Amino acid sequence: MSTTDPRPTPSAQRRPVGVELRARGLHLAYDGRPVVENLDLTVPTGRITAIVGANACGKSTLLRALARLLAPREGVVELDGTALRSIPTRELARRLGILPQTPVAPEGLTVGDLVGRGRSPHQTWWRQWSAADEEAVRAALAATGLTGLADRPVDELSGGQRQRAWIAMAVAQGTPVLLLDEPTTYLDLAHQIDVLDLITDLNRREGRTVVMVLHDLNQACRYADHVIAMKAGRIVAEGAPAEVVTEATVEDVFDLRCRITPDPVSGTPMVIPLGRHHHDGDARETEDAVPAALD
Amino acid sequence: MPAPPSPAPSSPGAPAGPAQPAAGSPTDSRKRSSSVRPVLRDRPFRLAVPPVSGMLRPRLLLTGVLVAVGTFTLFCWGLAVGDYPVTLPGVVKALFGAGDPGTVIVVQDLRLPRALTGLLVGVAFGVSGAVFQTMTRNALASPDMIGLTEGAGTAVVAAVVLGWTGGLGLSTLGLLGALATALLVYALAWKGGATGYRIILVGIGVSWICTSATDFLVARGNRFEAEEALGWLVGNLNGRTWGQVDALAIALAVLLPVALGLGRWMRTLQLGDDVAAGLGTPVQPVRLALLLTGVGLVAFGTAAAGPVAFVALACPQIALRLAGTPAPPPLVSGLTGAFVVLGADLLAREAVPGTELPVGIVTGALGAPVLLWLLVRANRAGSGG
Repeated sequence: MSTTDPRPTPSAQRRPVGVELRARGLHLAYDGRPVVENLDLTVPTGRITAIVGANACGKSTLLRALARLLAPREGVVELDGTALRSIPTRELARRLGILPQTPVAPEGLTVGDLVGRGRSPHQTWWRQWSAADEEAVRAALAATGLTGLADRPVDELSGGQRQRAWIAMAVAQGTPVLLLDEPTTYLDLAHQIDVLDLITDLNRREGRTVVMVLHDLNQACRYADHVIAMKAGRIVAEGAPAEVVTEATVEDVFDLRCRITPDPVSGTPMVIPLGRHHHDGDARETEDAVPAALD
Repeated sequence: MPAPPSPAPSSPGAPAGPAQPAAGSPTDSRKRSSSVRPVLRDRPFRLAVPPVSGMLRPRLLLTGVLVAVGTFTLFCWGLAVGDYPVTLPGVVKALFGAGDPGTVIVVQDLRLPRALTGLLVGVAFGVSGAVFQTMTRNALASPDMIGLTEGAGTAVVAAVVLGWTGGLGLSTLGLLGALATALLVYALAWKGGATGYRIILVGIGVSWICTSATDFLVARGNRFEAEEALGWLVGNLNGRTWGQVDALAIALAVLLPVALGLGRWMRTLQLGDDVAAGLGTPVQPVRLALLLTGVGLVAFGTAAAGPVAFVALACPQIALRLAGTPAPPPLVSGLTGAFVVLGADLLAREAVPGTELPVGIVTGALGAPVLLWLLVRANRAGSGG
């Protein structure tokens, strides 16, 4: 499935699409409660960016704002220098796609039909199935390995296949920028890797800019070119995985002590959490270790 | 006119990247939709010269035609039976003004208003139910479940019992009641945008408030007034006039094209608000337009015939299963609604010789099991519908 070297070779075969997504002075709030304050961000074009952070740190909120699902209280999100709020809805949907966390398809909707609906920003009421639509859907099904399942209802698929079907819909939408909110939630490990490999394919082959919220730091390090670590609505660190994911940053962001060791497969940082019961050098005595600090 | 540039969305012919264990490996031995006969499979059509394209859905089309034929048969049958029986061919002839003049008068002047009201009310309720169920992504969210028909009933009963008609007919009052209730539900459900789920919860609450108010008014009123009000509340096609047909026909002529025009957006809304927004759907404006259309349809329908129970709830679900679509198809739902109302009215008139039951009693009796079935299924799915 995954090759022995999943790290992107230096961006030789990439052909980045020149769409730049950035946020300036962003203040976001839910029900009047501030979630993100004064945030500046430039998404690297043609790269995979992972947003990581503890629960409720505002990472999904930020992603929603980048997709215009949430209007900023102050500040602006810009796509190629134009504020999102002044881009017509349909035009935005041709340039930027978003896949929310765990979307639900209506019962009986087939994979092909779902993926076809990804074309709706390109359709008009008199032109609902152009040759371009058909080709985009065919290519999206092929890229996600779902061609043989096009006639199957989405609700009958396994979790991993279902998530691939939704990603195929976003792929068929044909946007140079793709935002994904926790695309691996509720998937078992094999399917998580499968989905992340697929996202890497989309990025490497087609040069799409990908921004995704991820929970798993090790996966973020492996699959992202750029990692953004958030805490309490602010960006604590951003940059290449090796720069961002350090013992100090992890302790700051997650309030978790850890060791960092190179991933034996990819060489990217790998986080080994310590926790209360395990300490450096006591790998042999974990069974008998009676925690002194049990209140 | 927007000319989408369709940026070459992906490199064609790119082979699938990760190994694909999935293709063909069944997660489930049932193969529900792969077993659809090839003739009925959806297929694209594309014209070169006017650049019109779309998806041809043979099963939907066939279902629509069959239900339409069935509806027309019931329509003619309803015109044929009565104290002065007419043969079916006689009815069809009389509809076009041909044949025996006496028959023409009986069919066109005496029976046609009732049959047309039934037809149009069925269409209005069926389409309205489809719109609501699609908008909220919930089969239980039909206008008769979220308080709109109850609100219309309360307005009418209040007017009858309290004598506040203000010169308006009962139908107009029903219309105003439904509209006011819809606005109330939407306002109470609004919280930085109205989600389908909140509309249902608030709607059920409002529905019970309206029912209680109606019961209170009926209990307070004298017997004569209460009976008049109850007669309207049950849903009735007796003694319909051309005036009611005209009002409903005009409302449908406006609202039906709007409902069908919104169909493209309904297809994305079925995927959830966030996905729909990401696909370029102006979610809140579309939702408001759908709500107003659905409310308008059910309000004019209720004004013409009273709240004919369960039609808006059950018919879209029947249509969906007949047509094999993932969401209720609006037009076929409307035709199914007409079929059910006309069939129920025929049953109501012919079942017990010598009496004419109100049509709402028949649809209520037939619809209750459908509601129970939907509730059981919703529970089993664990999704609340």
